[in-house]
This record gives sequence, structure tokens and C-alpha cells, in this order.
Amino acid sequence: MRITQGAFSFLPDLTDDEIRLQLEYCLSNGWAVSVEHTDDPHPRNTYWDMWGHPMFDLRDPAGIMTELAECRLANPESYIRINAFDSTHGVESIALSFIAGRPSAEPGFRLDRTETAGRTQRYSLVPYAVDKSPAGERYRAGV
Amino acid sequence: MSDATPIKDPKERYRAGVLKYAKMGYWDGDYEPKPTDLLAVFRVTPQEGVDWVEAAAAVAGESSTATWTVVWTDRLTAAENYRGKAYKIEPIPGRDDQFFAYIAYDIELFEPGSIANLTASIIGNVFGFKPVKSLRLEDMYFPPAYVKTFDGPPTGIIVERERLDKFGRPLLGATIKPKLGLSGKNYGRVVYEALRGGLDFTKDDENINSQSFQHWRDRFLYCMEGVNKAQAASGEVKGHYLNVTAATMEDMYERAEFAKELGSNIIMLDLVIGWTAIQSMSKWAQRNDVMLHMHRAGHSTYTRQKDHGVSFRVISKWLRLAGVDHLHAGTVVGKLEGDRNSVLGFYDVLREGRNEVNREHGLFFEQDWVGLRKVMPVASGGIHAGQMHQLLDLFGDDVVLQFGGGTIGHPEGIAAGATANRVALETMVKARNEGRDILMEGPRILADAAKWCRPLRAALDTWGEVTFDYASTDTLDVVPTPTSL
Repeated sequence: MRITQGAFSFLPDLTDDEIRLQLEYCLSNGWAVSVEHTDDPHPRNTYWDMWGHPMFDLRDPAGIMTELAECRLANPESYIRINAFDSTHGVESIALSFIAGRPSAEPGFRLDRTETAGRTQRYSLVPYAVDKSPAGERYRAGV
Repeated sequence: MSDATPIKDPKERYRAGVLKYAKMGYWDGDYEPKPTDLLAVFRVTPQEGVDWVEAAAAVAGESSTATWTVVWTDRLTAAENYRGKAYKIEPIPGRDDQFFAYIAYDIELFEPGSIANLTASIIGNVFGFKPVKSLRLEDMYFPPAYVKTFDGPPTGIIVERERLDKFGRPLLGATIKPKLGLSGKNYGRVVYEALRGGLDFTKDDENINSQSFQHWRDRFLYCMEGVNKAQAASGEVKGHYLNVTAATMEDMYERAEFAKELGSNIIMLDLVIGWTAIQSMSKWAQRNDVMLHMHRAGHSTYTRQKDHGVSFRVISKWLRLAGVDHLHAGTVVGKLEGDRNSVLGFYDVLREGRNEVNREHGLFFEQDWVGLRKVMPVASGGIHAGQMHQLLDLFGDDVVLQFGGGTIGHPEGIAAGATANRVALETMVKARNEGRDILMEGPRILADAAKWCRPLRAALDTWGEVTFDYASTDTLDVVPTPTSL
């Protein structure tokens, strides 16, 4: 399967040139770009690991591309996303987020069901990779 | 124009009998609204022979303290304070039979935090008042002191996005069709297919409640099965607006509780349940971390005709105060009524932290929302993937685009229809961000994506040329100020 979080996951993976164009858009809006990575892609896993702080004062896409390349190198076979933060009053949240790196194989999620009263079920999503290995060792050997 | 000077001498003023409303003090052409006053602008069409100032005063009177005759008991009150005051009339370009009347109301006339109370005054008796042929509430202003008595949307645009983990693009939805007749099991199938294909939300329609073919519990159970399976298939947060509209508050609470128990992140209400019920459910939604989708069922009975009723921009303001997270606000390009600039004005009301006066969007007043959360507008009704560039250009990112027929009617199936819409959307957002002129290049951008995305190709082949090009009924009467160079 292909995890479709982020703004562009239904498109072919963005090339570095395409990522750079998105970064230029973010910077032209005055947003602060950050890079994050994880090996637990559960949709409710809000806090991915930060690859440094949001780059509030970096106005050059080349610098961000360097950070992205280093993050990819240090975290192969991980999910990597680029967030752009808009600190405008009344927004103060992420204005764009898209995936800029993913493992070569994505086994996806198991849907667990617990039957409760009547016909009600409790559902939980378990990423197969998370089930199998501790953090830092997932997705490495073709799962 | 007849003499509109209010009578100051109390003996004269309170002599038993009938007085002109202007004479009673409901007109004051010199009045400077106080910072705490609520303001309203009405489109007034008086009966023939009725003086404009007197008609404006009558509207101010009948929407505040007046009755048809002088009553001495006014003298037991600080009546001056409680009178609505018509303070300005403005001609309407191209119309000599009607005018705009501006009326100021003291904040103490209104119970804090109650839309029911507000509307009982402002659109109570006055709309049936004989001396006016027709009457339309065009816009209102609420001072911060009044806005702050409301909780507003339980979630709001910003927190909704954080809960969904979806940023930088419009959200996608679809209403399940046919809206009546499907069993719960078959209905849930449509939910699952549409969500796994790429939509963020699916939606009950306004009139699916609990009928012989489908009990509400059955619908809720099967829909949540579809939502959870789609989440597992995509790794994304998904939702289905479970319509909890019912005959009584007790029924609605029961349905909302069950939706929450099943893990639904959003419920839905129809506007026809009324202001008090809406505010009750808004508080319930806030307490239970559930978002609130509002379907504006019934609004066209009073918003569409420009001479009589209430403009939808006012309904939008009332609903932002009352507290809903989603509100259907028009598509411009789809099948339902909606003049372009009027619709953009509704979006301004729902999404901006502060509205500036913008007569071209129908906004008569500056309105500071003093931090009140923002409502996510929903564009739904007769829109399709081939219009993606127009929709994105019109509405930007903070909107739910709902393609019901455009998803479910796809020749290759529901999931393919959803994929077509999602690919069209992501392609267009990406192109816009890259600095391309999507209005000019839109069709080319979609055609290029359709080369690698077969479902999009099929969608464009099926609906590419469909438009609903009819004249609007509810249009704005402004002489545009030229802004071009």
C-alpha cells in the first residue's frame, strides 16, 4: 500500500526540483519550514521526530534541501515530511505539509476489531512495521 | 419627506393615540452609533405612499420596543435607550421603489449568547409589518462585547486541520447517493469506497435520519466500519458526517452519543432544527471533541429572494456565533444559487479574523471577530473534477469541496471517482504553488495529469464540459468602483 498522508501523496513522488519549487512557495509566504521523520506512520502519531527546529530564519531553499538530504541519509527507509509553519495571528499552525521520503516497501496497517456490546466494535489501527520491531529498527530489512 | 423630528415634550409625546414611528423617536438622522451598538441594514420596500424615513423608523420600532400606538408604560423605562434607532437611509442603484435602512440597537436589548433572542427581535414581528411591502435583512454588525458572549465553532478551521493532519489543500468530500432508500449495509459500502479512493469525508444528506429502509443505528455502525477500513487502507484520518438531526433534543443527544462512542470525529445537523437546538448541539460537540457539520437545509426559502427575507451572509454570521465547524456556503460554479461576489462574501464572513467593509462582496460593515474560531466553508452541489482550477482559484485552501455525483457517478466506480478528484486537487495545488497561472492553464494541467491517471481521464471525458450557467436571483446592487489601472 501507499500511505497517502500529506498534500501530494496521490501524485508520483516529488523530485528534488519539484520539492524546491514548493519550498520557494513556502518561503515566499513567509512560512518557516521544518523537516520531520518517523518510522511509526500511524495517522494519530502527531509528533514525528524533528530534524532540528523549524528554520525560522532560513530564507534560501538550498539550505533546506541540504537539511532534507542529511535527514534522508541519517534515516533511510523512514517517512520524511516537510512542514511549513505560518505564524500569522489567527493561523499559528501548519500551512502546508507533504511527504518527501518514504520507505521502499510500505506494508500498511492491520485493522484490529474488538467486539463489544450489541453490534458495536472498537477499532484500532496497527502499523505492521511497528508491531514487528522497536523504533529505529523498522522498515530496514524489507520489513 | 414628512417632518421626522421626534417629539421631545413628554406630554405631547405620551398623549394616548397613534403617532408616526419617526415622531416616537425611532428615527435619528444625527445618531452616531455607540461602539457597543448592534447594527443592521435592511432593504426596505415600503408600500406606495409611505415615506422612506417613516418606513425606516417603523422597521426600527417593530424590531425593538414599539407597538402600534403610544403606551404610557414606556415612561416607566429609560425608553430612549431601548428604542432601535434608524439613523441612515441610502438609495439603491437602479431601484427607486426601495432603499437601505441602517438601524442601531443598544446591546442591552439582547440576552448574551442567544441567537434565538437576537432573531426574535431582529426578524420577529417586523417582517410581517403591513406598511412595508417587503423587507430584507442584508447585513449585521456585532460589537466585540456581544461577540464575546458566544463560544463560536467548537473546533474551527485550524484545530480541524490539526486533528485531521491535513494541511495546505482543500478537503474533499462526497454526499452518499441515492440519499434515500439504501440499506445501512449498502450505504456503508459507498462510504468505504469513496474514502479509500481518496476522499477525506463522506456525508449523510439532509433528509436521511431514521426511516423504514434504514434505522439510524444501522447507518452509524456500517458507516464507521467503512471509515475505519478506509483509514487502514490509506493511513489517513477519515470521517463521515453522521446526521443526528431528529425530532427531539433527547433523540439528537442519543444519536450524537452513539456517534462518539463509535469513534466518529464529526456529526452533522440540519439548519431546520432551529437556533436553540444548534447552540445546544454546539456545546455538546465542544464537550465531546466532535466536530459539527451544518447542512443549510431550508435556507433558500428565506435567503434567495433579494427583496424579502434574510441574506445568507447574515445567516453565516449567526451560525459562526452559534458555533458550527462546517457550513455549506455555495460553489459559484455548481448547480445551486450563488452569485459569485455574494458567495465570496459568505466565505469572508466564515473564514476571516476581521471583515473589512466590502460592498462588492456584500459586506456593509467592518466586523472584528475578536478571536472567534473560523468556520470551514463547504462547496457542494453539481461540481466536478474538471472545475478544479476554478474552485481552487475561487476558494483557496480552506474549504471542503464535495463531489457527490462527481464521485459516485464515475464510470469506473466510486473509488475511481474519488481518486480522480483527489489527483485533480493535488495536481492543481501543486501547480498553483509552483507559480503557474491555474485559471489559464487549468484544463492543460488536468489533461496532463489524466495521461497517467486513468480515473481522472474518465472523469474529464464524462463531465469535462458540464456547467450550470444561469442568472442568479440574489445579486448585489453596487456600482463597482474601478480598481484596474
